[in-house]
Amino acid sequence: MRDAIRLALVVAAKDARAELRSKTALLSATVFGALVLVIFNFARDPTALSATDLAPSALWVTFAFAAMIAMNRAFTVEREHGALDGLLLAPVPRGALFAGKLLANLAFVGIVEAVALPLFILFFNLDLSRVFWGIVGTAILATVGFVAVGTVFGAMTVRTRFAELLLPVLLLPFMVPPLVGAVQVTSRLLADRPLSEMLGWLRILAAYDVVFVTVAALVFSSVVDE
Amino acid sequence: MPSSDGTILHAVGLQRSFGSLRVLRGLDVQVRSGEALVIVGANGAGKTTLLRLLAGLARPSAGEVRVLGARVEPSAPDARRPIGFVSHQSMLYDDLTVAENVTLAARLYGLADPVGAARRALGAVELGDRAEERPARLSRGLLQRASIARALVHDPRLLLLDEPFTGLDGPAAARLTVLLEERLAAGVALVLVTHHLDEAWTLATRVAVLAAGRWALEEPRAGDLAEFLPRYHALANA
Repeated sequence: MRDAIRLALVVAAKDARAELRSKTALLSATVFGALVLVIFNFARDPTALSATDLAPSALWVTFAFAAMIAMNRAFTVEREHGALDGLLLAPVPRGALFAGKLLANLAFVGIVEAVALPLFILFFNLDLSRVFWGIVGTAILATVGFVAVGTVFGAMTVRTRFAELLLPVLLLPFMVPPLVGAVQVTSRLLADRPLSEMLGWLRILAAYDVVFVTVAALVFSSVVDE
Repeated sequence: MPSSDGTILHAVGLQRSFGSLRVLRGLDVQVRSGEALVIVGANGAGKTTLLRLLAGLARPSAGEVRVLGARVEPSAPDARRPIGFVSHQSMLYDDLTVAENVTLAARLYGLADPVGAARRALGAVELGDRAEERPARLSRGLLQRASIARALVHDPRLLLLDEPFTGLDGPAAARLTVLLEERLAAGVALVLVTHHLDEAWTLATRVAVLAAGRWALEEPRAGDLAEFLPRYHALANA
């Protein structure tokens, strides 16, 4: 078990080092996220729709698409020069490989969300001081599940010619449940609703995480091997 | 541990199909400690597919591969530990330096001193002075040497080499031959797929011709390359 954790950390550290050097995924996802927020901000008619009504959807659409860009990169680097073969050849349990890629993807998506959230606050002119940690917690809860699914689909599509196109097509339907839940919780947080009104959605998000992280870990081996 | 007869690699009844295309049609492969099996064949004969099956990078449609007695399959990571593989592709990350790439491989194999092991492997292929460069800045030959260092870093008992001489200049090819001879003398088993028979011939203890997914010939190396070549061309083009 300790060896599997060590190997997962080696894989995650490799991804982090490569990304920090190239900054390809982080830069493109962050710029994309900022652009989406700018468009939402200027497309909104403030007399017809209040900021708090639009904000939850805008935030989660931004997170979702920016996350997809970040995740697309995770397996693209493995395709170049057959690097994935190097990982598969090594005596690394597939579970550890999945955990490493998941950790790296969570870090990338987390960074993108961490950059997008202040921009969201700025553009929508919202005071999130009372609900900030609630939104952060919701983001963590929603992100873990769809990043786990994205990690599996990334591995599945990496050997295809249209990986960049296939990943969003496969992943988007699986992102709907956590996105709906996250939007519902966020809108209640912004409207100062009591926790009891959010508990149902939070349970759904937690259940999604447990189910899909487990399923993703179990099926990863069969999708990553030729 | 090798078996009592020194067998390191033993594959039985290997078949591989891609849809209706049968690439390998029931191959047996046995390589013992200190043996070098050189496989030749025309393009599309199934040589690379065979190496990928032996490395555990692809599942056979039928048959099995055993290395040091352990069945090579995705769920058995330790069975892959004795294998070193030089592929068509470098398996290196462009965003990491050559040294970082080889060190990463050493870490994945759980070596006690990954940085030192990487330094030694790069030194063995005379790439120590280019270790801090990114792979994208290396020539084809230097990239091949980096790829070989990556494959050798964990001192594998079985070396699978797919066209290892590609891109190497004369001195580098000679150096690789010496390196492989040293490994053979140390008991490493070697399976080498190549079109560069002139370089591989001296290494070979056995030669095999793969044609249409079957062994057209598999025998101990004997005689000169010049005597073998006409037979090879006849079998490969049959």
